[in-house]
Amino acid sequence: MAFKINVNGRATSVDAPGDMPLLWVIRDILNLSGTKYGCGIGQCGACTVHLGGVPVRSCQIPLSAVGEKPVVTLEGLSADGTHPLQIAWQDVDVPQCGYCQSGQIMAAAALLAKTPHPTDKDIDSAMNGVLCRCGTYVRIRQAVHKASELAASHAGKSTPGGNQE
Amino acid sequence: MNPSEKKIMERRSFLKVSALAGGGLLLSWGAPNQAQAQGRGGAGAPPPNPNHYIKVAADGTVTITAKNPETGQGIRTMLPMLIAEELDVNWKNVKIEQADFDDTKYSGQNAGGSTGTPNNWTPMRQVGAAGRALFIAAAAQTWNVPAAECTTASGRVLHAGSNRSLGYGELATKAATMPVPDLAGLKLKEPKDYKIIGHTQTGTDVKNIVTGKPLYAIDVKVPGMLCAVFEKCGVFGGKVTSANLDEIKKLPGVKHAFIVERPDVTEAVLPGEPGLENGIAIVADSWWYAQSARKKLKVVWNEGPRADQSSAAFAQKAEEMAKGTPQRVIRADGDVDGAFKGAAKVLEANYSYPFISHAPLEPQGATAHWKGGKIEIWANSQTPSGGRRMVAQTLGITEQDVTLHQVRAGGGFGRRLNNDYMVEAAYIAKEVGVPVKLLWSREDDMAHDYYRPGGWQFLKAGLDASGKLVAWQNHFISYGDGERFVSSGAMGPTEFPQRFVPNYKLNASVQKLGIRTGALRAPSSNAFAFVIQSFIDELAHAAKKDPVQFRMEMLDSAAPVPAPPAGAAAAGGGRGGFTPPGINPERMKGVLQLVAEKSGWGKRTLPKGTAMGVAFHFSHQGYFAEVAEVKVDAANKVKINKIWVAADVGSQIVNPSAADNIVQGGIIDGLSELMSQEITLEKGRVVQSNYHQHGMVRLTQAPPAIEVHYLKSTYNPTGLGEPALPPVLPAVANAIFSACGKRLRALPLSKSGFSWA
Repeated sequence: MAFKINVNGRATSVDAPGDMPLLWVIRDILNLSGTKYGCGIGQCGACTVHLGGVPVRSCQIPLSAVGEKPVVTLEGLSADGTHPLQIAWQDVDVPQCGYCQSGQIMAAAALLAKTPHPTDKDIDSAMNGVLCRCGTYVRIRQAVHKASELAASHAGKSTPGGNQE
Repeated sequence: MNPSEKKIMERRSFLKVSALAGGGLLLSWGAPNQAQAQGRGGAGAPPPNPNHYIKVAADGTVTITAKNPETGQGIRTMLPMLIAEELDVNWKNVKIEQADFDDTKYSGQNAGGSTGTPNNWTPMRQVGAAGRALFIAAAAQTWNVPAAECTTASGRVLHAGSNRSLGYGELATKAATMPVPDLAGLKLKEPKDYKIIGHTQTGTDVKNIVTGKPLYAIDVKVPGMLCAVFEKCGVFGGKVTSANLDEIKKLPGVKHAFIVERPDVTEAVLPGEPGLENGIAIVADSWWYAQSARKKLKVVWNEGPRADQSSAAFAQKAEEMAKGTPQRVIRADGDVDGAFKGAAKVLEANYSYPFISHAPLEPQGATAHWKGGKIEIWANSQTPSGGRRMVAQTLGITEQDVTLHQVRAGGGFGRRLNNDYMVEAAYIAKEVGVPVKLLWSREDDMAHDYYRPGGWQFLKAGLDASGKLVAWQNHFISYGDGERFVSSGAMGPTEFPQRFVPNYKLNASVQKLGIRTGALRAPSSNAFAFVIQSFIDELAHAAKKDPVQFRMEMLDSAAPVPAPPAGAAAAGGGRGGFTPPGINPERMKGVLQLVAEKSGWGKRTLPKGTAMGVAFHFSHQGYFAEVAEVKVDAANKVKINKIWVAADVGSQIVNPSAADNIVQGGIIDGLSELMSQEITLEKGRVVQSNYHQHGMVRLTQAPPAIEVHYLKSTYNPTGLGEPALPPVLPAVANAIFSACGKRLRALPLSKSGFSWA
């Protein structure tokens, strides 16, 4: 069955079973590799994307439930790494293996869209659902603060929540 | 130069230079010789080709090959840094390419034992220095001046006397015709002149990571590719009696479904890599179709002889063994029984630790394409040499018929030292004849790991009237058969505090085990440090001495390093490691002193319920001492305020940012093991299925600060991936004791009612 969904600002028709999780639609049908599979039960957060501006575990969202709400993946923040979070992640040199970082950045993007100047406590509670097996947490906190500063100094030039059109 | 470095240099004693098509220079290591390469590769090996380390294009662009597997340890950035430094080029102009696995071109293409730095520190710098010498020779000839008058900077050769300069790109074609210098005679830079080494360089792949580019094994796509799952019995060695394959084949997207049956593994101690296992392969258009079909599988398993094992029975058996006579003595120095009789105080304590799983965030998987009797594989192995060998054996082809592309790994931690998933992908691909990507589910990963073996240590120690440690006895209970331990389940005869106590006895008993075990980050050390450094803490308190002071006195009592007994297992060496030379007490005292200073040990007044704990451990050539400051409330909830780390890993930190990152990561990894990780067995099967049952430290639980200090010494640089981890477990456990008076002797601490605040 064909479903009409909007991913990273682009309307697209997806011919797949309604119970296929959004994660696998993104990865295997739309060929966007940034969103990762880690646990399949919403425990690790590696598959975090935005659905209607809200961070969700895409492994838990069936295609049939996506509807018209816009989906934003890591690729939707910017293709060239110029989103404040992508810049901050590079400046702080956050990743080790890097596999979770898409989920971390998407959780952070949702946080900054709502709370442009988060405290450590805000960061902890907003991002606690995304595991980092390598333990880069000290830098994740640092990079979110840095992105917040970058976004403030470039206010008007970019949206922390990414391309939501 | 230490012996292992010398060996490496002898193996790779010359360079080859050739011109690049279209202009430029290609600098390569020659393979040792054809006969050797063929010997490794088997009959029919092609003549070795020169391998690529440095390419300089006519426009000056420098491409450096990174030879080792990248699992997050930063090697893909670090090895090229070593080359670029001595080549004397601007890091901004360097492009990095990942090498395929190819032992006719490279050696040491693995990720294990924290060996990447020590094994490559000298050879990679020599590669760069040799390249620099060729450009100087080319410029000197062009200008007709002595080479000794030429210098280099940022990819240019300079002649100060005549104020001339030429870029490497301009010189590349000529440089390719210059004779390669003798490596041993090359003068390497003084550390004070380093522009790249010792300066933070952002990870090579970071931009691609933050933009979601396909980098990992899970991201590999090959035209015409199908996706596979492989269902195995929860009990190791279990076989398929029957399955509803006809139904499965009719499900949406499913292309193939078939049974894989292999010869039984009958050894009492499972081989390190048992090879391809029994199971059912389902191959479909996409992974979701394969995985959905799998949920409809109805399999009758013949579980075989290992279906009755359980964690409860293992623990009961260990208790019985502890009461009886140990099966054997691994080491006996002095007279422990006599010393216990004469001791002023004797302490006994029983420690235990469970099986745990590696659980890297990217589940196991690989892509394979069988074509014309050969196979091409994309995989993220930590030991590609072993993977290639096992694939060749399983498919009945030569190793030369296996092409192995190295793909970035979403974490390793030792799990990908084992290549079971690569062999499964290769076998399935051969069966179906089109490219296949195999991907395990998280549940597959947790049920079919090579687990960190659990164990028990029954300790007894004696103090004299002055509070000095005079006797130490351990009955080490592990898994194995007779004199064989399971993989990563051994304790060697030089385990600490051997050499630091006059009367030392290590007894061992083993029980049989029917699951796979293997090396987990800082193998054996990740459990042993907790036991040894916790018990030492108990002794310090019993002796009424400050825990740092008690440890300093122990380190002061070192006996000289004895020759290791014949056939001795390496303590804390790990796979891909080596036998350590033994602890240098001065280096350990140095880091212990440093961590005490930095943490304000004994100098700060802390509120009630908050306290500090200390521990040290030597593994993988690294000296680490750590202090934790923790707060424990009445409900046994633990909050870590801060952790201080002092490390001596030699004379140079190559990439400071990556170094701090991996040390902090090791600490956090250790905290997960300390508090919550445990794999248990019931009816021969692993009980835990996913992350909700095998907890990992989350952001709110991570210490707000982990301060890392390096004590630079005169020794060659060594690795950081592993040795930071072991001391943090006892440092925190010792802090908990000081904070609330509860001595915790069983991992994980959650079993004793503790949790993160």
